[in-house]
Amino acid sequence: MAVTTPQAPAPDTATREIFMSEALREAIDEEMTRDPAVFVVGEEVGVWGGAYAVTQGLLEKWGPDRIVDTPIAEAAIAGLGIGAALTGSRPVAEFMYSDFMGIAMDQIVNQAAKNRYMFGGKAKLPLTYRAPFGAGTGNAAQHTQSLEAWFAHVPGLKVITASTPYDAKGLLKSAIREDNVVIMFEHKAIYAMRGHVPEGEYLVPIGVADVKREGDDVSVITYARQTHHALEAAEQLAAEGISVEVVDIRSLYPLDTDTILRSVRKTHRAVVLYEAVRFGGFGAEIASQIQELAFDDLDAPVLRVGAAHAPVPFSEPLEQASFPDTAQVVEAIRQSLQGLY
Amino acid sequence: MAEQQPVSTNGRAGGDDASNGVLEQLTDDQLRWIYQIMRRIRRFEETAEEAFRAAKMRGALHFYIGEEATATGVCAALDDGDFITSTHRGHGHCIAKGARMDKMMAELFGRTTGYCGGKGGSMHIADIELGNLGANGIVGAGIPIATGAALGSKLRKDGKVTVAFFGDGAGPTGAFHEGVNVAATMNLPAVFVCENNQYGMATHADFANAAPIHNRGPAYGIPSASIDGNDIFEVYATAREAIDRARRGEGPTLIESRTYRHKGHTVLDQKNYRTKEEIAEWVARDPIERFVRAVNESERLDEDDFRAIDGQIEREIEHAVAFAEASPWPTVDVIERDVYVE
Repeated sequence: MAVTTPQAPAPDTATREIFMSEALREAIDEEMTRDPAVFVVGEEVGVWGGAYAVTQGLLEKWGPDRIVDTPIAEAAIAGLGIGAALTGSRPVAEFMYSDFMGIAMDQIVNQAAKNRYMFGGKAKLPLTYRAPFGAGTGNAAQHTQSLEAWFAHVPGLKVITASTPYDAKGLLKSAIREDNVVIMFEHKAIYAMRGHVPEGEYLVPIGVADVKREGDDVSVITYARQTHHALEAAEQLAAEGISVEVVDIRSLYPLDTDTILRSVRKTHRAVVLYEAVRFGGFGAEIASQIQELAFDDLDAPVLRVGAAHAPVPFSEPLEQASFPDTAQVVEAIRQSLQGLY
Repeated sequence: MAEQQPVSTNGRAGGDDASNGVLEQLTDDQLRWIYQIMRRIRRFEETAEEAFRAAKMRGALHFYIGEEATATGVCAALDDGDFITSTHRGHGHCIAKGARMDKMMAELFGRTTGYCGGKGGSMHIADIELGNLGANGIVGAGIPIATGAALGSKLRKDGKVTVAFFGDGAGPTGAFHEGVNVAATMNLPAVFVCENNQYGMATHADFANAAPIHNRGPAYGIPSASIDGNDIFEVYATAREAIDRARRGEGPTLIESRTYRHKGHTVLDQKNYRTKEEIAEWVARDPIERFVRAVNESERLDEDDFRAIDGQIEREIEHAVAFAEASPWPTVDVIERDVYVE
């Protein structure tokens, strides 16, 4: 995929165009330079360089005491992060695929998320989990899920995801500096997307949404790869005189409700777009907040666009049809405008 | 990979009060400390049970009474900065790692002055400053966390050792395998201490585990030992060797400490899975009484020493209960506080 980031940094800033995977690597590398407590742990993060090449070259640069390969043991990886974080390190623990987090669910949900609270606020877990997610890669049902809603539901976890290399680098750096447990979901289909990042250091704050395109008629609220489908839909509809605003939430928890509401109060219509199974997905939380807090501003019901109620199928035409594409987003926007719901 | 060899005094007969020379290696202060910790654990739990039965506290209380020698013997061999992870049956580990009984009692009472401000209760007492990374309501879950603490120590080169306490009930869990295997592959400074108290609720350890847990040491290429967990001297000597070995960078050890809980699983116990005779047999092997007999025979401490410690502990207990009862309940405005570092 060769999409260019829609978010250009300030014009007076020198930039480079890099891949999403490089942006993530730069974030890790810079934070490892900044803080000797930061280390990377996970399956194939060292010699192999990460299943999606995010940590490529880091073992050679930092050695095995900072880039720690593990056996296939997701519960242990999650626990390694917790134990090291509780005792003074700042781990960046990678799950090769977010689907594998099921094996580590107790460590993430019952341990990492709850330690600080259960211990009366006296524990600190500066811990980042990274996890590739999302469909479109032909990896079938156990390597393609979008399970972010599971984690956004658990108090004690912060959940972030990026649509551009710029956001990916800035968000991951913020996550690593957090004294909380942050899960960064990285969409597999956009690791090879290129985008501009500044030459110098910068951070993207957690909990702040970004309006990726301004518009007046309909708000599409989305995140990660689906942001690009929303932007393509907006571009197509602009030719017809329809003005679409695209809000990339970037952070599921904490959620920047203010930016979402500001957009909806302007456009009076909202389409919530996400790649997870539509039923019970995170978009339901966004839709619910909009109707609770901006009901009087709405001219149409809040619509949700999400994936089919099925595991992700393998065969290409099936897989591609199982999650939202640009045409579905266009259709949903038209429905919102025409009242065809 | 670590050389496979049994550590310590594996195979000594249970019920033997002789210390095999270990007592002689301990100073009088260490002997007093051991007695004090074991008695604190027992009196703390006896008092907590009374309070529970008087409806002064609620939730679940899992009693460690009868198992005091394991936590005490292992923690006697740890340095102050070392780490432990604990279990749902964790009062003993907390006290042996230096926790204050007033703050523990207040936590059981759900008060603001408790270790967790009343948010954790009996199963979640932690004191990170003391190196206690937390009791745990999930069986087996402390093991991967202990492995992580040990990894942290190895990477930070801080010279610390982590002990994971867990029960026979954790033997069948996946967390045990993942945590121990990773610690072994990375040669981490960890000691895995299985307190085999014979039962997970009503399920016998032999039913739950296809083979004795200590047999698994060779499977991971690490030393392992099966010891009499009611013999404080054997526990101490075995733990000392394993902890020293871990600190030297020679990797983890697995210790199975055979012991028994005198009380039920919780205050509410079915009492239909073990016989009175079996309980009596183990009560006769009470770890505190065996310690006192051995010390008396050695003439190292006298009755006055023990009486002084007992008296001190009664004052501590009295204070702990009064402190807990007098402490304020949390106010509801703290419900969503401390979920995150702000």
